[in-house]
Amino acid sequence: MSRVTLVPFAEALTRYEPVMGLEVHVELGTATKMFCGCPTEFGAEPNTQVCPVCLGLPGALPVVNAKAVESAMRIGLALNCEIAEWSRFARKNYFYPDMPKNFQTSQYDEPIAHDGWIDVEVAPEEGEVQTFRIEIERAHMEEDTGKSLHVGGATGRIHGADHSLLDYNRAGIPLIEIVTRPIEVPGELAPLVARAYVNQLRDLMVALGVSDARMDQGSLRADVNLSLKPSGSSVLGTRSETKNVNSFRSVERAVRYEVSRHAAILDAGEKVVQETRHFHESDGSTSAGREKSDAEDYRYFPEPDLAPVAPSREWVEELRGTLPEPPVERRKRLQDEWGFSDLDMRDTLGAGALELVAATIEAGAAPQAARKWWLGELARRAKESGAALADLPVTPEQVAGVQALVDEGRVNDKLARQVLDGVLAGEGTPEEVVVARGLEVVSDDGALGAAVDAAIAANPDVAEKIRGGKVQAAGALIGAVMKEMKGQADAGRVRELILERLS
Amino acid sequence: MHELSAAALAERLVNGETTSVEVTQASLDRIDAVDGAVHAFLHVDAEGALAAAADVDARRAAGENLPTLAGIPVAVKDVLTTIGQPTTCGSRMLEGWVPPYDATVVARLRAAGLPILGKTNMDEFAMGSSTEHSAYGATRNPWDTTRIPGGSGGGSAAAVAAFETPLAVGTDTGGSIRQPGAMTGTVGVKPTYGGVSRYGLVAMASSLDQAGPVTRTVLDAALLHEVIAGHDPRDSTSLKAAVPPVVEAARTGDVSGLRIGIVTELGGEGFQPEVRARFDEAVELLTGAGAEVVEVSCPSFVHGVAAYYLVMPSEVSSNLAKFDAMRYGLRVAPDGVEAPSAEQVMAASRDAGFGDEVKRRIVLGTYALSSGYYDAYYGSAQKVRTLIARDFAAAFEQVDVLVSPTAPTTAWPLGEKLDDPLAMYLADVATIPANLAGVPGLSLPVGLADGLPAGFQVLAPALADDRLYTVGAALERLLEQRWGGPFSQHAPDLTEVAR
Amino acid sequence: MPSPLSREDVAHLANLARIDLSEAELERLGAELPQILDHVAAVQEAAAADVEAMSHPQPISNVFREDVVTPGLTPDEALSGAPESEEQRFSVPRILGEE
Repeated sequence: MSRVTLVPFAEALTRYEPVMGLEVHVELGTATKMFCGCPTEFGAEPNTQVCPVCLGLPGALPVVNAKAVESAMRIGLALNCEIAEWSRFARKNYFYPDMPKNFQTSQYDEPIAHDGWIDVEVAPEEGEVQTFRIEIERAHMEEDTGKSLHVGGATGRIHGADHSLLDYNRAGIPLIEIVTRPIEVPGELAPLVARAYVNQLRDLMVALGVSDARMDQGSLRADVNLSLKPSGSSVLGTRSETKNVNSFRSVERAVRYEVSRHAAILDAGEKVVQETRHFHESDGSTSAGREKSDAEDYRYFPEPDLAPVAPSREWVEELRGTLPEPPVERRKRLQDEWGFSDLDMRDTLGAGALELVAATIEAGAAPQAARKWWLGELARRAKESGAALADLPVTPEQVAGVQALVDEGRVNDKLARQVLDGVLAGEGTPEEVVVARGLEVVSDDGALGAAVDAAIAANPDVAEKIRGGKVQAAGALIGAVMKEMKGQADAGRVRELILERLS
Repeated sequence: MHELSAAALAERLVNGETTSVEVTQASLDRIDAVDGAVHAFLHVDAEGALAAAADVDARRAAGENLPTLAGIPVAVKDVLTTIGQPTTCGSRMLEGWVPPYDATVVARLRAAGLPILGKTNMDEFAMGSSTEHSAYGATRNPWDTTRIPGGSGGGSAAAVAAFETPLAVGTDTGGSIRQPGAMTGTVGVKPTYGGVSRYGLVAMASSLDQAGPVTRTVLDAALLHEVIAGHDPRDSTSLKAAVPPVVEAARTGDVSGLRIGIVTELGGEGFQPEVRARFDEAVELLTGAGAEVVEVSCPSFVHGVAAYYLVMPSEVSSNLAKFDAMRYGLRVAPDGVEAPSAEQVMAASRDAGFGDEVKRRIVLGTYALSSGYYDAYYGSAQKVRTLIARDFAAAFEQVDVLVSPTAPTTAWPLGEKLDDPLAMYLADVATIPANLAGVPGLSLPVGLADGLPAGFQVLAPALADDRLYTVGAALERLLEQRWGGPFSQHAPDLTEVAR
Repeated sequence: MPSPLSREDVAHLANLARIDLSEAELERLGAELPQILDHVAAVQEAAAADVEAMSHPQPISNVFREDVVTPGLTPDEALSGAPESEEQRFSVPRILGEE
């Protein structure tokens, strides 16, 4: 297809209304796979976490992981879904080398959870926080595929490769697929709503303790379905499915891009092709993947090797009792506890930093200090590296640790940022970084006194001004001392020493 | 020695009259002597079998208390995975594949001390009723080597009938244990679905497959049944119930007061008159022994073959998708394609690796499951299963067991039905209902019909497998009294044929 | 006699089933399948609409295993049947499409 000239997002919305559908895959954090006892550790050596079942060897049979079913039900409950009284696995039949049986054991017309909702809050740059209810069609259980490595040709890319290498460690890891009903919100908010929804799902998974839900490691993956309809029309357009978008920001960008792309196609009087698309992190664009053809026929049928799942109501209620507090209520409670203004809270939510801030406060930092770290220094670094805030290689505990050093007066703000550099570079805990990099501020009067005396001697005119009562001139001397001490001086103490000597 | 039953051999082993090595060697010698004429085995593991036998002998000598069948050799259908021995399923697709794991059934045989002689021939992936659809050549019927031994487990049945082994394990999806049993004059049992683990049984149709014993006597079948049955946590469809008291039933065999129902729909039109005659005589013997015999109608059974030939190929089309040349098995590059893609290699390998019957069923099943046809075909067939299960349930309200001829005819000449798949499918008319409903069935020989063995089928409610053995043992005893010895004594001398 | 499936019909099924059938096979199956289908179509009249479909022979449900790691295969065992392997992975020809 020829390249289209995109219609600017805002302009597209003058003529069209987007309709979105989001499919999110969550890799469960169970110890073992969906249907066998193989471990699920991320990053293991290839084909070391496999057995006859997940390799699809002839004769092997699946057995359902109870913990995965429990997690699926808890996710369903947290999404306000009905938990099915009778649910079955089904085989989705299609051939692909990374799928050992050439069918995916999934669920079809009898999912474990269905008909739910979740409220998401978006904080546009201007205006009030707005809440939208996203309706959940279903949440069902399935298994992940293996991973292929394409060899030859362009590195790692499927096109031009001359052969592929398969690792089945990931094959059979439990997945929960969460599917929304069509989402129709004011067009200009659609990208934010999509992002906020995925972000909130992530927070929910973490709160439930069912998954680490890391988009950068693929344990939470989003597919963005989008179509446009002419403004005021009720006729749905043809949708595209942008697969495996792997950051919150990318979800937002993918929606924007597809709105612009669809609008351009429709403006030209052409038809949108129903196809899967790939998102490109580098420029925020999407490109065509596989066209959905009539030849695609998954021939679903109930999995004869597995028994139906028929959870008793007692079990469902027992699990309901284990749910964390609903997100919106929790947010209100936290805002009160933390003493955040509406603006503080909006910014925190907008940055997707709520859980990070909460965890940092939990680890001992003062609420405002926690907020400043995540929304200031760390947000800046995330933006620089194009990573999601949550995916930065620093934990809330470590951030709280850095703040504790500040609170104890052991580092100043500038040094604290250097400690953070060390933590982000993987040099260890804040304490270890301080020691390894020698970053502790000097408040030892001996060393400081010598530097102060030197500074006074080198700047007699300034010293004279201070003696004459111009205390604010001390700043110049403090600067000289700090320079001499390479920033590792307790500025407050330096000031005290200068004034002592020159009073 | 090779003509003795497993129960008789077990007694001699316990009494120290023979050793497992001797018994196993006798089987291996017999295989050497006659398998050229029968071709029951695809693989013989003499070394492994003798080592296992020696181990049992040593343990026995050390005074260890061993399971009843310890030291008695067994042959295993090549559809069950075995560490150290190839598992080909009678297909080019798996030529030379040695599984890295044992099927649960195989593991239980080993744990019970049964030396495994080797792997027996079968229709490719168990699809067929004649064992002519093996990629490695047909097995021949020991009673007449110009005829088929039945299928798909013709190898296990022929090996037992030809005295190559006292015991074999088969699998039965639509009759693959019982129908070859009828054709070769052996005893074959399909246990209750879920009674024997399917873990390591290379699936043909998951909701129908069941492994079971193939032997020359009813008691031997019960003894082997007891070894391989029981709950397995690795098979989600394995039942947690206790193994029915099959050995006790086989030893007792008392049918007085037992209510027996003759299935009206299985035995009329299309059944060879002599087959029907042997069946009627057997029923008379049971009546004479005190059983109450009535006729019972199971009207939905007439749709059994149709339902089976939708359910089975549908599951086949999915189960056999894993054979794609990527992780194991045959890999063939398509002709005249430079640098073929994985997709092209898959399609070429599946064309080269599968035989005609397998391809026919895969395509048929693909059709039955495809969008727009699912409800009419697969969906309707699954409803017929419900009807058949209801017929069984209603019948078992009236009677304790149901009986019928096992197969409509005796063994047909090799090649006769090769070009007429539908005719071959109809050979399973009497055995299929049990698979569709998951109930157990047994076939035992009740004499010769037109010079060839004829089979008698007993069906019982799920988990009442012991009733099969009660009826089977009673009938076997009555027939042996009439014949003045076991049925197998009438078998032809194969060593002549082999020469 | 039932009408044969068209060559295209059978080719479509063979493609779904990933079997590279020859022209002769396509033709033969095109003739055989309708005969079989004609026979098995009897199931459509056999069961009333309200009869429940039976996919399991036994009425079982809720069969689970605990979330506990069990020993699997070594990489050597896993790769033992592989037509080709490289870097402890299964080596396969270049993959065309993408799921």
